[in-house]
Amino acid sequence: MFNYVYIIVPSIIVGVLSRISMLRSDYRQYPSYPQGVFSHLTLGIISASLGSVAIPAIAEKEFAAVTFLALAAQQFRDVRSLERQSLDNIEPTELVARGTAYIEDIAKAFEARNYMTMLSALITSIIIFIFVKLNIRIEIAVVVGFLVGLGAVIFFNRYITREKVADIAEVRAANITFDGPLLTVNGVFIMNIGLKASQEIYQERGIAVEIIPKDANAVATLANLGQRQAIQHNAAILLGIRKDVDEPDFTPIARRNPHNGNVVMAILPMELNEKRLIEAVSSTVVLESAKRKPLSTNVGKKAAD
Amino acid sequence: MDVGFKENILAIITIDKNKVSSGTVPTFYAKDEEERERIALLLSKITMGMVHDLENGSYVIVRH
Repeated sequence: MFNYVYIIVPSIIVGVLSRISMLRSDYRQYPSYPQGVFSHLTLGIISASLGSVAIPAIAEKEFAAVTFLALAAQQFRDVRSLERQSLDNIEPTELVARGTAYIEDIAKAFEARNYMTMLSALITSIIIFIFVKLNIRIEIAVVVGFLVGLGAVIFFNRYITREKVADIAEVRAANITFDGPLLTVNGVFIMNIGLKASQEIYQERGIAVEIIPKDANAVATLANLGQRQAIQHNAAILLGIRKDVDEPDFTPIARRNPHNGNVVMAILPMELNEKRLIEAVSSTVVLESAKRKPLSTNVGKKAAD
Repeated sequence: MDVGFKENILAIITIDKNKVSSGTVPTFYAKDEEERERIALLLSKITMGMVHDLENGSYVIVRH
């Protein structure tokens, strides 16, 4: 196997670079830094090594080694359930829950990223192997393989970028009014708030948005409860929420206008700024598990007309 | 395991005795709206429930 160092080492480097490029600990603080990031980096190195040894193993007629790839796939499925479990466990500690759909989406992303690491390493090793077989100098083969691998990393990164709410809908500021005890936003009932004190707080410190879907696909996607929960969670995280566990009155709730599919949400943020709220809602990811595309069928197209 | 009442009416606070006849849900009578507000607030903090107004003089507390 040591004859294949020129394949294995560059492939592992590309694979690890690919994992690092997808390992961003941003405002979501997930994966959490430093321990979560560290374990994912380690898993990334493992999957990169698996991807890089596949071709040398075949070249050496070590077919048993290739079956390790299947084992790896199993391993990364475990990553998914691991992530899901850990997020499920911390869910009760969130003031505004992420929701199961969002958790599923995050878990899926972690699994997919490991496969991408493996694939970029595999692509790099294939390119280097082919070039060397074509009697091209090893140095050139390594450089070309490295560059193609990096190209694959960039392609994968673009390919897995998820849509934002801003891509499928328009977000506008909306008005909070009370109809008796009923909190309404732009005429859509949200919930019944009994305490007068809570109603006053909503009138003083509450801001609201209306999310207007661009087409029938967006209407179906925004109707999903998980997608709405993700929007609530994101808005609460980005703006801060004026709420504690014993104040269910102040939980942000996104409700749907059943007539036209618009979604409205009222929230009591720490930062009273409508523009920031619009930005926070617009930047929420469209969950894979919430996405619907009725318009890609005949029935959906005709129904939308 | 987390055992508790959910989506249930935990308590009723009313200023109109004639509107409530319940054998199962704890009912609290208040002499005026001010006292009803206060009792509702205290109960909601104790039960971690949410106060809803039925607009007939009664409040109910529900945990969601």
